[in-house]
Amino acid sequence: MDPHSRSNSRARINRFAKLFIALALTLVSVSLAAAQKKDSCVDCHKDMQGPLSDPVTLTRGDIHQLRGLSCSDCHGGDSSQDDPGGAMNPAKGFVAKPKPKDIPQFCGKCHSNAEFMRKFNPVLRVDQEREYSTSVHGKLLVTGDQNVATCISCHGFHGVRAVKDPQSSVFAMNVAETCSKCHANADYMKSYKIPTDQYDNYKTSVHAKALYERQDISAPTCNDCHGNHGAVPPGVASVANVCGQCHVRQSALFQSSPHKTVFDAMQVGECIQCHSNHGILPPSDEMLGTGEKSVCTSCHSQGDNGYQEAGRMRELIDELATRMNSALEVLTKAERAGMDVSRPKFELTGAKDALTQSRVMIHSSSAGEVEKIISPGLEVADKDQKAGEGALAERSFRRKGLGVSLFFILFLAAVIILKIRQIEKRQ
Amino acid sequence: MENKPASPKRREFLDYLLGTSLGATLLAILYPVMKFMIPPAVTESAQNSVVAGSAKEIAANTGKIFKFGTKPGILVRTPAGELKAFSAVCTHLDCIVQYSPEKKQIWCACHNGQYNLSGQNVGGPPPRPLEEYVVNTRGDEIVVSKG
Amino acid sequence: MRAEALKLWLDERLGTDALTKLARKKEVPVHRHTIWYYFGGMTLFLFLVQVATGIMLLLYYRPSAENAFESVQFIITEVQFGWLVRSIHSWSANLLIATMFIHMFSVFFMKAYRSPREITWVSGSLLLFVFLFFGFSGYLLPWNKLAFFATKVGTDIAGVVPFVGNFTMRFLRGGEDVTGATLTRFFGFHVAVLPAATTVILGVHALLVQKHGMSVPPGVNKQTVKTMKFVPNFLMRDLIGWVLAIGALAALAALFPWELGEKADAFASAPAGIRPEWYFLFMFQTLKLIPPKILSFDGEIIGIMAFGLGGLLLVIAPFLDRSAENRRRSLLFTAIGLVVVLYIVAMTVYGYLA
Repeated sequence: MDPHSRSNSRARINRFAKLFIALALTLVSVSLAAAQKKDSCVDCHKDMQGPLSDPVTLTRGDIHQLRGLSCSDCHGGDSSQDDPGGAMNPAKGFVAKPKPKDIPQFCGKCHSNAEFMRKFNPVLRVDQEREYSTSVHGKLLVTGDQNVATCISCHGFHGVRAVKDPQSSVFAMNVAETCSKCHANADYMKSYKIPTDQYDNYKTSVHAKALYERQDISAPTCNDCHGNHGAVPPGVASVANVCGQCHVRQSALFQSSPHKTVFDAMQVGECIQCHSNHGILPPSDEMLGTGEKSVCTSCHSQGDNGYQEAGRMRELIDELATRMNSALEVLTKAERAGMDVSRPKFELTGAKDALTQSRVMIHSSSAGEVEKIISPGLEVADKDQKAGEGALAERSFRRKGLGVSLFFILFLAAVIILKIRQIEKRQ
Repeated sequence: MENKPASPKRREFLDYLLGTSLGATLLAILYPVMKFMIPPAVTESAQNSVVAGSAKEIAANTGKIFKFGTKPGILVRTPAGELKAFSAVCTHLDCIVQYSPEKKQIWCACHNGQYNLSGQNVGGPPPRPLEEYVVNTRGDEIVVSKG
Repeated sequence: MRAEALKLWLDERLGTDALTKLARKKEVPVHRHTIWYYFGGMTLFLFLVQVATGIMLLLYYRPSAENAFESVQFIITEVQFGWLVRSIHSWSANLLIATMFIHMFSVFFMKAYRSPREITWVSGSLLLFVFLFFGFSGYLLPWNKLAFFATKVGTDIAGVVPFVGNFTMRFLRGGEDVTGATLTRFFGFHVAVLPAATTVILGVHALLVQKHGMSVPPGVNKQTVKTMKFVPNFLMRDLIGWVLAIGALAALAALFPWELGEKADAFASAPAGIRPEWYFLFMFQTLKLIPPKILSFDGEIIGIMAFGLGGLLLVIAPFLDRSAENRRRSLLFTAIGLVVVLYIVAMTVYGYLA
């Protein structure tokens, strides 16, 4: 045996020893942990029949369980005791099934405790319980109404998931359905005398389209306007602020417009007066102006200033839309004829942009402001119209050129035929 | 055969016609050929990269829209003087974005979409970041290309 | 006198006198099938148009994935008459393939390949393959979406061939996939390899046609058939065809400009209704229809092998058709030819309708 291989075998023995020690340590620590983490709640309930085993099965995957919490962390009692009387001792804080009125405090034990929550998620808010008490739900709860929503109505229990988890009942795409379980139930809502058509209306809205069809989870659902824990209907004065969270430009323009003071004085909701609330449809130009579907004419009538201004804004927008479409039509025609018009087609996006912006600008209720945006758009549209016409002119030039050349070519062919005849006659 | 002078005049005329129409046809062919060879005013066709502007024209904390193929791009000089380029098509509803010197952000006027100077969507409705392009300078020219 | 002196001077150095004599002596048989003689000349003329317009396009074209599409777009928008040159190049290519097929089938049905013209036929059939490859390689050069995916499919098919397929596919693509490397290769084939091959094969082909003269079909009595002089009678008739071809090309280019489409994007999904150029369509359609398994063999492989075998049979047709050699009609080969023509037409039409 040469020294090299001897050292080799020694290394092997060494490795075995290390492995053995590691294994032994693992075993010991696992059994120790098991001894420490004795959980008599789980041990008993998991073998029970029917609903009494549900708490164990349902909690698998629950965010609390994943973070290492167990039954007694919420329900109290002493999970180190084996006998039911000791484990579920009310003296040790055991609560089997909290009443609805107690649920906010039940959850709030931890969730309102900043120091405690910080250990799990330092950015998680701890004011849900307080917010809840300001909500319609919370206010009714303290009056003794046991039917209103509490934490578990929306978040569930024993299977609570993180809000970002798509399986969560409060994940953005599931929120509306969760709320609708009560709010779309006419029987359930009867005593509250509020409508139950919000969910149906919402499903037709542009927001629902963005959320469900484009899967854009930044699109608003119930809680984005009503708040979540502090859910209330937004007051008349705050509607514009709510919508303005996303529609910043429209909101700012509206706030500076003459409509602001008038709407406030009339006590009507700002945005929703024209756009409605839950069933907000994609806006159309027809909503503007003095036509049949106009929303302006519900207040303004012929002869007043606003009527004129509305008509003028509509004219401007229609003008741009028409000229832009006309330019697009010419360009498409030229393109179909085989002309390359990619440059003017590209430039036409400028006109489209102006159109989109002007549709925002109408919230200023000022035709002058709208015109400032429309005019450059019109210039672009006209330029592209000319480019398209130029392309079509170029095409007719080609055809004329072709006509002239074809004339000579056919003439030449004819002359050659005559020449052949002449030659063959001579032969 | 030759001694049957059917119409020497006619023969001459036919030859004349043959010559002129042949000439005209050749001209109709050669004219486009010659024109084709003359280099056009715009001498470059490259589009995978494009000259977005000159280094002088774009000051710090400003932006500029340029044509990149069939789509608009936005060239930005950050307040720190760095040049950046992105697709200028807002990922929300395809409006053209612009540079906002006050916010030091790229901004879409249509629905107040906001992107930071790395093109990330940081506010408003845009669902995705803007596509970023590679910027190089060639003397005074700023050349933008797809990465 | 001066012209005479020049003639003499040239003759001493180039032997032009012999050529003129040869041209004068050359005669073309006149009978009811004479019309088919014009298609060879027409194909040659369209090839020359391809050479001329191809060289012109080379002034502006850039063979790279980054620039190819843009340079073609540049040609058709910025360069004066660029649209015309590019469209004529595309149209002429297609007409060329068409006249070539007509030429080939007319020669086949007139049994003009029989002794001593076997090599003429072989060189002609090789030209067929060269020109098909011309078409295939040229189709990719504008680097648009349709061409990109057609090339992908086309080279995929080559990859199925047993033993050599994978190598052929990789060789054609310049790698595992259709990329800028493929474009560079195809450009090389299109402007260097294939033109060189054409020059050699076409030279042989034309020389042999010159040597043997036009073949008189079996149904026509060779002794009593009338003839006309090649120069000027036949040549001037050829000329009419060529002049009209120029007119037709100009009209097609001006009225139906060849579309450029969208730039190729390797990451985009394949566009719907993707199919190759019409002259490959009958093969494409056959491969589509063939069941995936024939007995225990892969249907696609069998289809490709069958076309390969068909190509081979086409090349050696003169050596198989023994009866035509004795100036008999060889009805069997006429029937086979008809079946092939019908099959190609039917499959092409089906491919367009499907």
